[in-house]
Amino acid sequence: MAESKKETFMANIWKNNPVIVQILGICSALAVTNNMTNTLIMGIGLTFATGFSSLTISALRKYIPKNVRMIVQVLIIATYVIILDIVLKAYLPSISKALGPYVGLIITNCIIMGRAEAYAQSHGPVLSFIDGVSAGVGYSLILLLIAFIRELLGFGSIFGLRVLPESFTPWVIMITAPSAFFIIGTIIWIARTPLVKKK
Amino acid sequence: MKLTMTAAPHLRSGNSVRSIMLDVLIALTPAAIWAVVTFGIKALVLILVCTAGAEALDFFIIRFLRNKKSFRPDLSGSVTGLLLALNLSLAVEWWQALIGVFVSIAIAKAVFGGLGKNFFNPALVGRVFLLISFPVQMTSWFSPFDLQTSATPMAILKEGSSRIFSLQEMFLGTIPGSLGEISALLLLLGFGWLLLRRRVSPVIPVAYIGTVALMAAIFNGVNPAFGSPLYHILGGGLMLGALFMATDMVTSPMSIKGHLIFGVGCGVITMVIRFFGGYPEGVSFAILVMNAFVPLIDMVSKPKIFGKVKSNA
Repeated sequence: MAESKKETFMANIWKNNPVIVQILGICSALAVTNNMTNTLIMGIGLTFATGFSSLTISALRKYIPKNVRMIVQVLIIATYVIILDIVLKAYLPSISKALGPYVGLIITNCIIMGRAEAYAQSHGPVLSFIDGVSAGVGYSLILLLIAFIRELLGFGSIFGLRVLPESFTPWVIMITAPSAFFIIGTIIWIARTPLVKKK
Repeated sequence: MKLTMTAAPHLRSGNSVRSIMLDVLIALTPAAIWAVVTFGIKALVLILVCTAGAEALDFFIIRFLRNKKSFRPDLSGSVTGLLLALNLSLAVEWWQALIGVFVSIAIAKAVFGGLGKNFFNPALVGRVFLLISFPVQMTSWFSPFDLQTSATPMAILKEGSSRIFSLQEMFLGTIPGSLGEISALLLLLGFGWLLLRRRVSPVIPVAYIGTVALMAAIFNGVNPAFGSPLYHILGGGLMLGALFMATDMVTSPMSIKGHLIFGVGCGVITMVIRFFGGYPEGVSFAILVMNAFVPLIDMVSKPKIFGKVKSNA
């Protein structure tokens, strides 16, 4: 493989972004983007889980029998997600409560499984780790953008700090999950216009 | 004699998107003028902002984002904008109306591929987006002329109030409500123009309003608190919805049978929301829900193809 580390990293941020190009991880994009603090924690958590599970799967890829690889992958992913869940519960209990079941559901997040199957199975551990982390970063960036719009218009604040004046009329729809559908759709539309044109 | 040979079609109807849209605009004009007369200058501002904004945004998206150089404005944006404006309350600010215009044109129409390809009536999507985003502004209604905040006939039915509007008031349009829904008379007048020009089939409105009347009659017979059939027909957004929104060519079924199913479905959902739902009025939700069923309705109501030989498979 002639791919450089930088290319691998950038591909997941833009050209092969998990959310806007691969349309993966949409459930959590709808569920956790109502304010930026939760989204940031979720993004960091997912980046951690994707990075390390890709690293582990890649390191063990020669020893995992092909016909049971999915089960082994899920076990590895689950291990990291459980670690993450315990850490969040211990150190950030309020955010852990706000994220609710979504931390546990990272196990089923398509991005991790997708990176494990599509990349870590066939690449070395270092490249796989970079790939996993960048997929997490690409996901987090899009989610933070959605959360920024939702929190700004729904509550008039950013990271819980009030930025818009009291006279601002909050958009109630932005607090509800359907608004993320609209925003994610619009972002995909805008982002893909240059991507499609290039082809 | 000189014979010229040309390729088909030889007869042209002269219909174009623009001529159809122009007729719809003309049909909506009486209701729009009545809105300005009753609600004053702010209504005019809202109508102009929505109509001009929608047409401009539609043009911008097709001409520059889709890069169609030969595109000339076809007035379909104006129709959406005007319908949206007529669905708003006077309490809505002009910038909120612009957000509605953006949702209508960009999200409900352009994203799906533009005119003719959208599943949902764009004006209704914009209205429902605003209703959910700004519930306070979208549900505070003003009475005509004196502009006092007051309950609409539908809200009175839901919440109960001492003031009951007479059928005559509701028919002529001196009741509180959204900009364009209040006068049944003027809406019917506009629809008459569309019928005269053969732009719409009357099946959807007749089926829709008939279902509403029938359900109201049944429920009213059981319990008079549910309101009389005429009260339900004239009191809310039914006239505007049934005559101008449900009949949208793009988002309604194609065959007569389909129109019938569509109209009855709209009527049932509207009445279920009015009787048992959380909102006093259900016309926009009913039409949007039925919009989603249009492909299915088209499938089951497909006319038979004549002259086809039965296959022996």
